[in-house]
Amino acid sequence: MEKIKAIVEALIFASDTPLAPEKIRAVFPEVEKTEIKEIIDQLVVEYNERQGGISLQEVAGGFQFRTNLELGQWIKKLKSTKPHHLSPQALETLAIIAYKQPIVKSEIESIRGVDVGAPLKGLLEKKLIRIVGRKDVPGKPIIYGTTRKFLEVFNLKDIMDLPNIRELKELHQQQELLEQDIEEEKPQEDISDL
Amino acid sequence: MDNEQNLNYAIKLDIFEGPLDLLLYLIKKNEIDIYNIPVALITEQYLQYLKMIKALNLDLAGEYLVMAATLIHIKSRMLLPPPEEPEEEEEDPRAELVRQLLEHKTFKEIAASLGSRPLLERDVFTRAVFPPDEMEKTDGEEEELIEASVFELIEAFHRVVSQLDKKELLEIDLEKLSLTDIINEVMDQLVVTKSVTFEDLLKGKRDRRRIIYTFLAILELIKLRMIKAYQTSVFGVIRIFPAVES
Repeated sequence: MEKIKAIVEALIFASDTPLAPEKIRAVFPEVEKTEIKEIIDQLVVEYNERQGGISLQEVAGGFQFRTNLELGQWIKKLKSTKPHHLSPQALETLAIIAYKQPIVKSEIESIRGVDVGAPLKGLLEKKLIRIVGRKDVPGKPIIYGTTRKFLEVFNLKDIMDLPNIRELKELHQQQELLEQDIEEEKPQEDISDL
Repeated sequence: MDNEQNLNYAIKLDIFEGPLDLLLYLIKKNEIDIYNIPVALITEQYLQYLKMIKALNLDLAGEYLVMAATLIHIKSRMLLPPPEEPEEEEEDPRAELVRQLLEHKTFKEIAASLGSRPLLERDVFTRAVFPPDEMEKTDGEEEELIEASVFELIEAFHRVVSQLDKKELLEIDLEKLSLTDIINEVMDQLVVTKSVTFEDLLKGKRDRRRIIYTFLAILELIKLRMIKAYQTSVFGVIRIFPAVES
């Protein structure tokens, strides 16, 4: 067991990207998935208890060693690279895509009220968003969605890990129900269920 | 990195990112209830701001004018007396705008909360990794796939054409080819092998017409979203997969 734990730790350390438990299992087919998850959980706790410079974090569907948040300022002094910089326009465009994907440009623009060509291009170049396909309507507009890198950069476990996405959805459902109410002019009972 | 600064950006008022932003600002400044906007007041102030932007000789984006027209339209509709026998419940002329404003506001807040998350390479860091091109590719390892663009497909096409034996080009082969046949061939191949490289499809059939037809077939299939093309790296091998697992 201790040996396996050491190997799992080494695997996560050696991986360039967040390592998914399934990939770890590919190395140990004989070990149960739940056991691997347990080992990872133990490692997470161990690193937290140690209160050192790094911790084991769950991002983009996998696990990765990352430096602790409060140490960023020191690491920046070491690194010469410029950090990810997103303009407010880009960030807002990204937020809309993240929450409403799959989404086409015109839909983003109707929320932002301005042209989003430039921020879209920037986000595509940074590989935070990707082209998912084309919508089957006249003009075949491009459909956008977020990438795995988006999850990695924004420290998200998965897309459902986005803050408030559930509340946002509920808000929308309520809004739609209210609109239906107005159209149908009759009360909907299921509002109270939300 | 430096060329970013050289680009000629249009000057913008920093605080206003489009007409919806300006409206939200006016609503906040006047401490107005967003669900009950006094359209006359807001329209007046909005137009004043537009004048100011013009006076500063800044580029006035068309969207601002569209919004001005919308505001005036709403204002005029609100002045009209309501129909005496309303056939259907009339929506408040402001409703659509309010919806838009609320959604815009929501996403501004979400964007702010996204931006304040611990960002990779800004707040948190991982082990520095060598750029992939500096690493030796190990054989047999599972290739990581990237999506290939049309340009990369064309590149692969050129590669195959350039490998053609020039002599063979002199032979005139009158084999009847149709795009439909080739498309079917590609799909049949995919059913058997699940994935195939662009080069594999052309193995042993290296006459120019055949290559062109195969290339066209792939483009057509991608357009129809029946297959997907991936590439391990720029100029790498292009692999074709069925878009839907059958």
